[in-house]
Amino acid sequence: MVRTKRILSVLTAGLILTAAISGCGGSKGSSDTIKLGGNLEMTGGSASYGISSRNGIELALREVNAKGGVNGKKVTLVVADNKSEATEATNAMQKLISQDKVVGVIGPNLSSAVIASTAVSSAARTADISPMGTNPKVTVDDHGKVKPYNFRACFIDPFQGTVMADFALNTLKVRRAAIMIDNSSDYAKGLAQFFREKFEAGGGTIVGEEMYLQKDTDFKATLTKLRDANPDFLYIPGYYQEVGLIIRQAKELGLNVAMAGGDGWDSQKLAEIALPENLNNCYFSSLYSPDDTSKLNKEFVESYQKEYKQKPDVFAALAYDSAKLFIKAMEDAKSADPGKIAEALAQVSGFTGVSGSIKFDGSHNPIKAAVIIELKNGRQTFRTKVNP
Amino acid sequence: MDSGFMHQLLQQLINGLSLGSIYALIALGYTMIYGILKLINFAHGDIYMVGAYIGYVCTTIFHLPFLPSLLIAMAGSAVVGMIIERIAYRPMRNAPRIAILITAIGVSFFLENGMILLASPQPRTFSSEFSASVYHMGGLVINSQQIIILISTVVLMLALTYIVNRTKMGKAMRAVSFDADAARLMGINIDRVIGMTFALGSALAAAGGVLVGVYYNSIDPLMGMAPGIKAFVAAVLGGIGIIPGAMVGGIILGIVEALVSGFISSTFRDAAAFAILILILLYKPQGLFGKNVREKV
Repeated sequence: MVRTKRILSVLTAGLILTAAISGCGGSKGSSDTIKLGGNLEMTGGSASYGISSRNGIELALREVNAKGGVNGKKVTLVVADNKSEATEATNAMQKLISQDKVVGVIGPNLSSAVIASTAVSSAARTADISPMGTNPKVTVDDHGKVKPYNFRACFIDPFQGTVMADFALNTLKVRRAAIMIDNSSDYAKGLAQFFREKFEAGGGTIVGEEMYLQKDTDFKATLTKLRDANPDFLYIPGYYQEVGLIIRQAKELGLNVAMAGGDGWDSQKLAEIALPENLNNCYFSSLYSPDDTSKLNKEFVESYQKEYKQKPDVFAALAYDSAKLFIKAMEDAKSADPGKIAEALAQVSGFTGVSGSIKFDGSHNPIKAAVIIELKNGRQTFRTKVNP
Repeated sequence: MDSGFMHQLLQQLINGLSLGSIYALIALGYTMIYGILKLINFAHGDIYMVGAYIGYVCTTIFHLPFLPSLLIAMAGSAVVGMIIERIAYRPMRNAPRIAILITAIGVSFFLENGMILLASPQPRTFSSEFSASVYHMGGLVINSQQIIILISTVVLMLALTYIVNRTKMGKAMRAVSFDADAARLMGINIDRVIGMTFALGSALAAAGGVLVGVYYNSIDPLMGMAPGIKAFVAAVLGGIGIIPGAMVGGIILGIVEALVSGFISSTFRDAAAFAILILILLYKPQGLFGKNVREKV
């Protein structure tokens, strides 16, 4: 799920400066260092994504260098700003590979920017990991063929539907699910489809399935109908604005069943719209939670907070894992040759990052765990990690 | 017919009635402005949005109670409506009908994007002081806000009927609507009457906006688009230009939408609303309450 956010221009300007300084440091170039590229959203509408990602990568590299680097060499990061735009992302990729001679690239995060820039990285036979590019076309081309040099650290959207079906059947022990689908969003339809398949395969029944459109406000008629189908679980894989209204109206109509959705729920606005007291026994799937209880993640959150005075978000965590994946690939290949790194990435096994263990399937999508976040009186709490 | 079916039917009627009251409030403004100017004011749905935002500022930032907020929002939007008429429509009074229609669409875009600039596109929520208490009556669920919506709508409609039928201004409005030139010859200040019509229509839409804001607890700058179009359907259904027609048309539309969602499929809800528009235009273009008047050539 990639949605653009606004950020104060003052903040952005300050960060360009920081990016420029760190960029200068990396371009000295000596045979004792290996350069990784960061094709990131440092300015523009999604600047917060790029900034978090850069923080995550720098933290990963600092840890690696403190332990003596990889294959005896230090690793540095060269950031190129893609201005949150697809065309700029292509230019940035070109610059990183031909001018800075990086051995691999992390980013962009925006699916459209990744898809545009993969042509450059593929032609240059340089591996690229997108931390958050969720569109299927990030790693496969229009003919469904895998792009040999492109990877991602996140799972593709529909996988969340599979995860939630598992959680509903095995942990919540529900058997009669109703689904409400945002008909104007491919994201929601994908999640719903995978949920339905997995839920029915696991012995559950879909007792009702209804559609709505973005900006709809009245769901009472639909919910009345669903309520009378007597479900014990309501799956709403949409975005927080409509989901908030649906949950609130459902509770008013006395539909007091467990409700769940995907990472489109992840906003403070959800609790404002639905009202906190209605957000109990509600769950959503996500890629990462800073409250994940694994030892690796606790250490990561601690050092991230020390360094940047804030909690890491999903962009920081997945960029951190992307950097660590590159390090692992270089160690496995015992080389910093871009071609060998790409080969090693495809073969990666036994890698565990802060967002869980990762290995790539045939389409270069990671097979990894998802987290389930539970809402208690509107507050997000880490519930569990669901392995695929 | 088992009791489960009857039970759902009644619940859907309740759902539809509250939705329909909102459509009716917006439709009234459409119909009044059309009646007097023969103008489909496409910016009307956005006036409803402006009303909701004024209500938001009153309740959530200044912490005023519901009723004063409602009245301030109505007054504020009435002023906005009059300003729009003065700046955008009055200079176009003698322009071709299509030019005014395009102006109205322009005003609509201006209000939507102006509000995005002013208040950001993020949805906003009313303060939770207005959260509803829910009543259960024999298995039927009614929310206190649904009752407030119904009462407010009925009161506003009675007030409007009184103004139009019993006051001097109302008489002037009816006169201008019947024959503007003759009214002018009789010494009626047409500009004032038209301005007043915009003020009244905008105030009703604003009331709808505030009620929706409190009821659904979520407003955003584009919230007027869909209800604006639905209210237009409601106005045509009842017979555009006819005040009781707009009331009945709105309520019928709300109930039809609820019944279609409940008994057929939510996918067909909007299709049903527009199918009504097409059927009415085909078979009874003057609307349910309209008399068949021949155009004079």
